Amino acid sequence: MCNRSSCPLANSQYATIKEEKGQCFLYMKVIERAAFPAKMWEKVKLSKNYEKALDQIDENLIYWPRFLRHKCKQRFTKITQYLIRMRKLVLKRQRKLVPLSRKVEQREKRKEEKALMAAQLDNAIEKELLERLKQGTYGDIYNFPVHAFDKALEQQNEESESEEEEEEEEEEEDVGSREFVADDEVEESDLSDFEDMNRLKTSSDEEEEEASEEEEMEVQMTKLSRSKGKAPAKGSAARKKRAYVEIEYEQETEPGPKNRTT
Amino acid sequence: MDITDVSVSRGKKSKKMKNKKPQKKNEREEASGAEKEEEEKKKMNQSESATALPSTSHLHQVKNKQRRHLMFIKLKQEKKKQRMQLRKKKKKEREALGDKAPPKEIPKTIENQRVYDETAVDPEDEEVAFDEGTDEFSSYFNGLTNPKVLITTSDRPRGRTVRFCEQLATVIPNAYVYYRRGLALKRIIPQCVARDFTYLVVINEDRKVPNGMVLCHLPEGPTAHFKVSNVRLRKELKRRGKDPTQHYPEVILNNFTTRLGHSIGRLFAALFPQDPQFVGRQVATFHNQRDFIFFRFHRYIFKNEKKVGIQELGPRFTLKLRSLQKGTFDSKFGEYEWVLKRHEMDACRRKFQL
Repeated sequence: MCNRSSCPLANSQYATIKEEKGQCFLYMKVIERAAFPAKMWEKVKLSKNYEKALDQIDENLIYWPRFLRHKCKQRFTKITQYLIRMRKLVLKRQRKLVPLSRKVEQREKRKEEKALMAAQLDNAIEKELLERLKQGTYGDIYNFPVHAFDKALEQQNEESESEEEEEEEEEEEDVGSREFVADDEVEESDLSDFEDMNRLKTSSDEEEEEASEEEEMEVQMTKLSRSKGKAPAKGSAARKKRAYVEIEYEQETEPGPKNRTT
Repeated sequence: MDITDVSVSRGKKSKKMKNKKPQKKNEREEASGAEKEEEEKKKMNQSESATALPSTSHLHQVKNKQRRHLMFIKLKQEKKKQRMQLRKKKKKEREALGDKAPPKEIPKTIENQRVYDETAVDPEDEEVAFDEGTDEFSSYFNGLTNPKVLITTSDRPRGRTVRFCEQLATVIPNAYVYYRRGLALKRIIPQCVARDFTYLVVINEDRKVPNGMVLCHLPEGPTAHFKVSNVRLRKELKRRGKDPTQHYPEVILNNFTTRLGHSIGRLFAALFPQDPQFVGRQVATFHNQRDFIFFRFHRYIFKNEKKVGIQELGPRFTLKLRSLQKGTFDSKFGEYEWVLKRHEMDACRRKFQL
């Protein structure tokens, strides 16, 4: 037990201010009621007005020691100040603290990692970009679509389509578009008379064919100058651009005259 | 190391073993021992493995933890070896059969096994198309409004968050960063609307790291609240390119399948201007995988029509949707269209919302 003048246990005459739910009360204890513990403290409700409440304190604690009165008023002032601040804070933005559960966070982190692995982002992005390129959303910025067209065409070549379609398509393509062709495919000499020479391919089989074709061609060209009716037909056959032109032998041109006799 | 751990793989009897009480341990030991001997004999007969299997029947009897652990590891290695042998055998069989081999089984993934969501959007759904034509984004998608984005943070942001906001502002064209200085969002919003902003992005910070994002579409638009994780700033990225230019990037939205996913996708799409400048060759990707939205920013280059190279620029982060609110940001009186309820929604591993 202490013996200071601000201790309620040491002093039989004592007064404080307490607040309950925003309401301030003045509590007083006197020696006459020390025998009745249940009724020891006298509770007085103070008005909400600051000055009036101070007057109330003065009026209730008249003839009480100066120290107690002063202390009560001080306490009351402090209480009213913090009540005001509480009311102001409620109006402002309040930071809400949300508790994190560590288990949940760890679970989510792991799920995220797995999802990232499953997503394969780079591949997905690349695929999407290529799709957009194919669909033509980029318009004419890139020259690539022509390449795709060419490749599709070459495939059709091997599947043996008719030559006319080929020629038409190739002509349409060649107009205005740029192709990047491999070096061995480009014939640098200007032998445009022999159209087959322009389409010289690198494969050995075709080279053989071409070589034999060239020979036939030369032979036939000489023949052309001699024979009359049949030659143009044969000549046009010889001028076909195809890689797999049938090899014609000299003997075939001769049946012509034989027929005439019979 | 319980006996049951080992015997599960052995046979049907092992499951019954699990249920028996420890009082019947002796019986169990004997039974399981007998069963194991049987199994071993069978395996010997089948002659799958030339060597005898390690006697694991003593695993639970060894009192020394370290030695028991070593035995267990050896057991695991044996099992793995057998599995590899089995796989090789299967592969050989498959090759031997050639064309006649049965088709390869598709492994089950979470994406394969996803629980069918009835709100999944059909591409030709008319109702959805009508809804999307008349919702809050219609003015954007009809080309009437241009996006103008305001990026801000919570109170007193730390360096990382500030840098993140700056980098976001370079990624999103027409974006402005303003400091919060303790202003109330509800007061900021009318001012933004007055100055013709279409988007408000608030990055929330916790412990010096950005961890939340509120994306608010301004003229009466929906507000989405995300959890942000795994933020990587530009200098933390490996093999990154130079800074992004001012060209408008393209937008890729992947895997937004349900109605909710669609609306979130439109929310993201409306951040960027409608006409991307292909000259810039920049692309911003929002990829949804298992309800996590991954954001990446790349520069691409087409090497030929079959190959494209991408190089990561800008920041990367992942988002997880926490709630979608109908009006502008109002945490107390707002009408929530969708809220993440962990107990309901996270219960099933194969069920996703977006």
